[in-house]
Amino acid sequence: MRRQLTILTALLLVAGSVLAAVSALAQSKGEIVIGLQCDRTGATQIVGTVLCPGFHDYIALVNSKGGVDGHPIRAIEIDHEYKVPPGVESYERHKKEGAVTIAVYGTPHIYALAAKLTEDRIPGTSPGFGSAAAADGQRYPYIFPIAATYWSQGAAAVDFVKKQMNGSLKGKKIAYLFYDNPAGREPIEVLEDLAALENFQLKTFAVPPPGVEMGAQVLDIAQRFKADFVIAHLFGGAPSVSIKELKRVGYPLRKVVSFVWGAAEANIDGAGGFGVAEGYYAMQFAGVGKDYPVLNEIREMYKKQGKPAPKEMDSTVFYNRGVLIGALHVEAIRNAVKAKPDGKITGEDAKKGFEKINNFTLGGLVPPLKITSTDHEGGGLVQIWQVKGGKFEKVTDWYAAYQNVVAKHIKEAGKK
Amino acid sequence: MIHRECGILKTSYEADMALYPLPIARWTVAALAVVFFLVIPLSLHEYFLSVANLVWIAVIGAIGLNILVGYTGQVSIGHGAFMSVGAYTAANLANRLGAPWPVTLLAGGLMAALIGAIVGIPSLRIKGLYLAIATLAGQLIIEWTINHVTFISGGVQASIEVARPRLGSYVLSSQRDMYYFLLFFVVVAIVGTLNLMRTRVGRAFIAIRDQDIAAEIIGINIFRYKLLAFAISSFYAGVTGVLYTYFLGIANYEQFQIGVSIDYLAMIIIGGLGSVLGSIFGAIFVTLLPIVIRYAMEAFGGVFFEPQTVLNLIPNLRLMLFGALIIFFLIVEPEGLNRLWRNIRSYFRVWPFAY
Repeated sequence: MRRQLTILTALLLVAGSVLAAVSALAQSKGEIVIGLQCDRTGATQIVGTVLCPGFHDYIALVNSKGGVDGHPIRAIEIDHEYKVPPGVESYERHKKEGAVTIAVYGTPHIYALAAKLTEDRIPGTSPGFGSAAAADGQRYPYIFPIAATYWSQGAAAVDFVKKQMNGSLKGKKIAYLFYDNPAGREPIEVLEDLAALENFQLKTFAVPPPGVEMGAQVLDIAQRFKADFVIAHLFGGAPSVSIKELKRVGYPLRKVVSFVWGAAEANIDGAGGFGVAEGYYAMQFAGVGKDYPVLNEIREMYKKQGKPAPKEMDSTVFYNRGVLIGALHVEAIRNAVKAKPDGKITGEDAKKGFEKINNFTLGGLVPPLKITSTDHEGGGLVQIWQVKGGKFEKVTDWYAAYQNVVAKHIKEAGKK
Repeated sequence: MIHRECGILKTSYEADMALYPLPIARWTVAALAVVFFLVIPLSLHEYFLSVANLVWIAVIGAIGLNILVGYTGQVSIGHGAFMSVGAYTAANLANRLGAPWPVTLLAGGLMAALIGAIVGIPSLRIKGLYLAIATLAGQLIIEWTINHVTFISGGVQASIEVARPRLGSYVLSSQRDMYYFLLFFVVVAIVGTLNLMRTRVGRAFIAIRDQDIAAEIIGINIFRYKLLAFAISSFYAGVTGVLYTYFLGIANYEQFQIGVSIDYLAMIIIGGLGSVLGSIFGAIFVTLLPIVIRYAMEAFGGVFFEPQTVLNLIPNLRLMLFGALIIFFLIVEPEGLNRLWRNIRSYFRVWPFAY
């Protein structure tokens, strides 16, 4: 038995060293590694199964054009089932493989890895989730939200409601329907500030996890509180339920605006399709639809390989977000390689690369972000789209609102 | 361990109850200590040490849960919540009072023990599945409380950043440092539990598990010992939570949700109820198996499928294989990996003369 154990241990050691040698070999060719965390099987699989292929397709497109200055990009995906220990393991694996940037996925994961990313000097991104305070690049030098945080989304939602109410919110009633977890509660402080500023009445309605039962809250919003507008911030399957329930009590969906995680085709389909959700407003941090040059190039790339375009491309909201995340990572690496032409870039170089991203729009799919060493959010830009005639239609262009209020909260959080 | 025991005759109760049943066991333990304290940390890459660290954290938690479920026979689905109690106690003490880790570790453990004993009160009247539901309620109440009481959670984000532990002026930050830090507590937990089970308290736990009415009749105070079992088990959970907090540098309530409680139950059931070695096997199995399956898939998946398909396949197949292997091992040996290991051992004990 002991001998077998010895043999087993020896085999494991050999396997480990071979793997290490292989990865060392790969790096000597000037390959640049990006780590990608994914959730294709866990709580948010409706996102992961579409978002991650988008990310990979963009990387494949870059590589098919010769990579970044001749350096091929290798994206290593690791699925963590939305659990924290596998997330930590995947981070260490990415670090071992020499990743210069890591696309973290999941709010608890970005919290769990915040200290590590900073210690190891590897920039990690948390687009559309995670801590809003991480927009402060001085306090969290290696965390990049790179998309509107929940605070910015809250501010943008209030601004949108104001425009819908003909420019004044005075005396209006706004209901905030949210998933009762830290991410769901995060925007409340900003919304409360704005309620005082704009003189509207804000009432919060918590939906307890897992978010499939909200009949009482919705009835309250529609019939007792009689909200003039609903701002919804739900995750997973909950947005679909909210659409169904609001429809059931007869609340007009053209008076509902959802944050970014209740804004995809999958959410609408789950509620019974675009016919049911007619009028529903959804906030986006990436462009929606198939009509972008970069998506045409990806389809072109597949055609050249003699393959049909992947079916994930039909779910444009999450797919395009995957493309956006991939594109911003590649852009950061491109900036880093420009500063260091030998291509031996480190996490620190990639961090500086992120901080040089300015007005990189990819034909409208990416908002014109301006990421600096102090602002890692890049401006907090969003678009509002509406369900109309069987598809999403653009209502507003990229905008951000009440940036002074959001900035005040970021500053306060930094003092803690 | 793996020894022949022929020629060793036990002539007293002390000898039968000794921590090392055979003299040679000392040497095996010494050899294991060399492997775990020197060979592994000094030869392996940081990545493998990080995996080992996750295993160590799981080992301590699983041993703690096994004291309650395996040794005392009280089912609990609140282990994750007790961890969060320890984690937030430690995080608050460290951040508000600047307490060093020995203090926060002890305080986190004790606070979890207290809360655990309170959640364990229903065990005095109800058993089995009913008790499981009562502890489930405890899990949900604690989760809700931490989530909503900002005095505990330190803000709506319910996460508190904690500085790395220090030894004197040395900051334990690398995975190798954490490996030694955690391994120390693993050893304490193993030795502590093995000894606990040799004492009056441990035997009382086992008596309660086997037949609580009989235990009461022979003079065991059921009230005291059931709550004590909850307290000790929760103490381990609290310590696990504190160690996890130091390992990650942050206490975040989403790391201790109900899924974690289920995972730990899975560990001890797969490993073997009522055995320390079983807890260790279970923790290793549940933590490592997904990683091993992924490595295997990455190596061989490309032979059969296209890269994009492999990426989609790995996580799904991993779940399926993981489930299938759990079923396989439980069918082969319903009493867990520990029993499997003992069977192998007893086979080799008389080998090659099996009859």
